[in-house]
Amino acid sequence: MAIVAHFALAAVLPLVARRYGRAAFVVGALVPAGTLVHAFTRAGDAVAAVPPSETLAWAPAIGLEFTTRFDELALLLILLISGVGTVVLCYYAGYAKVGDRRTAARDSALLVTFAGAMLGLVLADDVISLYLFWELTTVCSFLLVGGDGIRKRLRQSATQALLVTALGGLAMLLGLLLLATAAGTLRISEILADPPGGGVVPAALLLILLGALTKSAQAPFHPWLPGAMVAPTPVSAYLHAAAMVKAGVYLVARFAPGFADQPAWWIPIVGCGIWTMLLGGFRALRQYDLKTLLAYGTISQLGFLMIMLGTGTWLSALAAGTLILAHGLFKSALFLTVGIIDKRTGTRDIRELSGLGRRWRVLTTLATLALLSMAGLPPLLGFVGKEAALEALLHAGAAGLVACAGVVLGSVLTVAYSLRFLRGAFSRKPDVEPPPSAPCGRVMTGLVALPAFAGLVLGLVPGIAEPVLAGYAGSFGPGPDYHLALWHGVTPPLAISAGIIVAGYLVHRYAGLQRLGGRLPEPLQAQNWYRASVDGLEHVARGVTGRIQVGSLPVYLGVILTTLVVVPGAGVLAGGAEFGQLRLFDNWLQVPLAVLVLAAAATALLARRRLTAVLLTGVVGYGIGAWFVVDGGADLALAQFLVETLTLVVFVLVIRRFPPRFTKDRPYVPGRWVKAAVAGVAGTFVAVLAVLYSGYTHGMPEASREYIERAEDETGATNVVNAIIVDFRAFDTIGEIAVLAVAATGAASLILARSRRRTRQGGSDTGAEAGDTGRGDAHPEVTS
Amino acid sequence: MTINITMAVTLAGLYSIGFYLLMQRSLMRVILGIVVLGHGANLFLQVAGGPPGEPTFVGTAVIEAMVDPLPQALALTAIVITFALTTFLLALSYRSWALLGHDEVQDDVEDRRVAAAERAAREREDEAAEAEVGESERVAGFEAPEAPEAGPGQTDEEAGIR
Repeated sequence: MAIVAHFALAAVLPLVARRYGRAAFVVGALVPAGTLVHAFTRAGDAVAAVPPSETLAWAPAIGLEFTTRFDELALLLILLISGVGTVVLCYYAGYAKVGDRRTAARDSALLVTFAGAMLGLVLADDVISLYLFWELTTVCSFLLVGGDGIRKRLRQSATQALLVTALGGLAMLLGLLLLATAAGTLRISEILADPPGGGVVPAALLLILLGALTKSAQAPFHPWLPGAMVAPTPVSAYLHAAAMVKAGVYLVARFAPGFADQPAWWIPIVGCGIWTMLLGGFRALRQYDLKTLLAYGTISQLGFLMIMLGTGTWLSALAAGTLILAHGLFKSALFLTVGIIDKRTGTRDIRELSGLGRRWRVLTTLATLALLSMAGLPPLLGFVGKEAALEALLHAGAAGLVACAGVVLGSVLTVAYSLRFLRGAFSRKPDVEPPPSAPCGRVMTGLVALPAFAGLVLGLVPGIAEPVLAGYAGSFGPGPDYHLALWHGVTPPLAISAGIIVAGYLVHRYAGLQRLGGRLPEPLQAQNWYRASVDGLEHVARGVTGRIQVGSLPVYLGVILTTLVVVPGAGVLAGGAEFGQLRLFDNWLQVPLAVLVLAAAATALLARRRLTAVLLTGVVGYGIGAWFVVDGGADLALAQFLVETLTLVVFVLVIRRFPPRFTKDRPYVPGRWVKAAVAGVAGTFVAVLAVLYSGYTHGMPEASREYIERAEDETGATNVVNAIIVDFRAFDTIGEIAVLAVAATGAASLILARSRRRTRQGGSDTGAEAGDTGRGDAHPEVTS
Repeated sequence: MTINITMAVTLAGLYSIGFYLLMQRSLMRVILGIVVLGHGANLFLQVAGGPPGEPTFVGTAVIEAMVDPLPQALALTAIVITFALTTFLLALSYRSWALLGHDEVQDDVEDRRVAAAERAAREREDEAAEAEVGESERVAGFEAPEAPEAGPGQTDEEAGIR
């Protein structure tokens, strides 16, 4: 219902925007806001033991249906999608340029469509609609990043995002289908309730993970995300921080309860997660562009989420849920802050910003709140989540300890780049002239306040969100007695947290380390891999097209014939076909006929004069006719003789006008031998097929027997072939006559057009002259 | 088993010759190739009908001794349609002769142009890569060996095409 409302509104929004400009964003915000309220009122249902679900038959004949299921995980994501969506859409109304109605129309409609697709994605309970909405979000992202598509950089980034995520999406589709086939159902909830086993499942899981990892920008697929930062800041805030990149996390979260103990599942997740978290944090340390800094921060945080989901215990799931919520809130607040800075000062480069903290105290406070949450400091939600995460990892065995070390290191980097953001954006730098700036705007600041304060409130009172989060964690089995809280007493996680903060501060202060930060050797940069693979693909495509599509008919035919031989030939060889006993001949007359036919055909091949070739081909035809007589096909032979005679007459009529000899072939001998070889092999292959085929026929088929038995009674004819042609299979004959009529009409029109032109041109008979007059004036005569 | 060696050899010969004729430049030979292939196909259809037997006239022989009438009926249709096709192709080649002054199968100009455009694009890219040495030396070095392949001769050819 809500999904449909999203799409319906998105269809109307361009009209609104054309009329009222950027007010369209506010109108568009109504639907996510409504969804948010609706989700709140129905939150009780989601937490209930049996979550409500709806089914809409889509194509019942093949078992396709659209199923939604509103459970705790879906509720959590909906709150995020709709909440952040509402804020971002309202914010965009202030961010957009006043006069630019086309952009407003496009982006507002796309954003609302995207919100609907995300909603469908998290609600979908069958793999097909899951995939459908998944790709819809990819397409929306492509269009939103691409913008008007005028600048090359926009197009490149959008294409990269599309290629990487769509590639993962396709792999995911394959994985989902394999999984669904193994489980025997398309319903995700049923698959998870009874996870299938067997050899195909690890492969399916790896394919699904490929989709999740590309979508959530995990290393080594991450470079598309910083590239996508060329999009308008609200779009980045929504798609590339809060919502779309969460789709991969969501997918992992959705399937984790069923497969958390499969090595093919958790090892790649945790491994990529640690790698991503460290790499993202490391690269963020070097960025000067605030937005790119946040993008790398997002990558790092997504890696963190993946680690927690891959660990797959009750506690880690609780931590992951908390962190999903926290990340969505603080990251959208930070992006919106960057948007304000960019809009009001004209730059978002750390090296050019100075002294904003004094001037924009409210915004600075809000951003600080969000940054504290990101760095995992009390009393914010990020801290609560990180405490739970550390607690979970410390109790998750040896792998958990390795992951814990990764998380600690990653968190140190997180603290460091949070400080970099804070100081870079707001502090006063002595050697930098403060940029000219306007007031930061009350409405937009107010919108930043919403997610920032939500993080604070939830951090202070985590009990609000706990039923939902614990409900999701409950799908991993019963949990220990742990509650989200700011203060658990003096515990190892608290000590680790304190250590992280101190270490992060030191990393930030210690300038030498920071200068080192983010520098990667060239061959290790994933962006180069991407570029090399895309270039390579284009290269191969161009090479293949250039070599195969040469425009020469003989070459094409040769390729087709070779394929004909190679593909079924390989099958025949692999199948180990039997040839059985072969007789030399059935009737001794066949042998001289075969010699005659082959000799005539071979000489026709070598003939230099047209007439000779045609007459020899006629001999082939008569030979075949005689063969029919020997084989017992009297009618067939009659038809063959008649038609062969007619064909000869037509040939002779036509070649009258041609020169007596064939045009000389170009002296290209190797080509001739290649042609002969291909033709010989293909012809032999056909004969082999015929032998094989005949080995599998036994006696007269039932249909033919029936024809013979019924011929006299039903048609009154004793000649069965005649009976078949004019009665049993009369429709075939009608079709045949139609073909004849069409061919005759065509041939007649082609020839008559010529004769009419000749009379008009005063009897110029040589083709060369006619050719010189060109094609242009010939065609109208054909049609006339 | 309904086939014998004589039949198989004839089939192989007819199909080979037909394929070879089909790959010729002369339109007349191509048509002859289609005619020969048609004969081969009709013979092939008889393979489906089983070994030779008595003609299928009801009452002249027992059913077991007769040949299968159905492939014969189908081959009859095929013969006539081959004739129609041949006639139409002959008219076409005649037309080609009248308009162009020859009856040769020519290369597809459009395909040639596509291939040439690809080559030109590759050359342009190489130049761009060389110009951007500062941006990424590795890529330029990677593509450099291909530069001699796209030599001046091809540039001339493209100029001619345009």
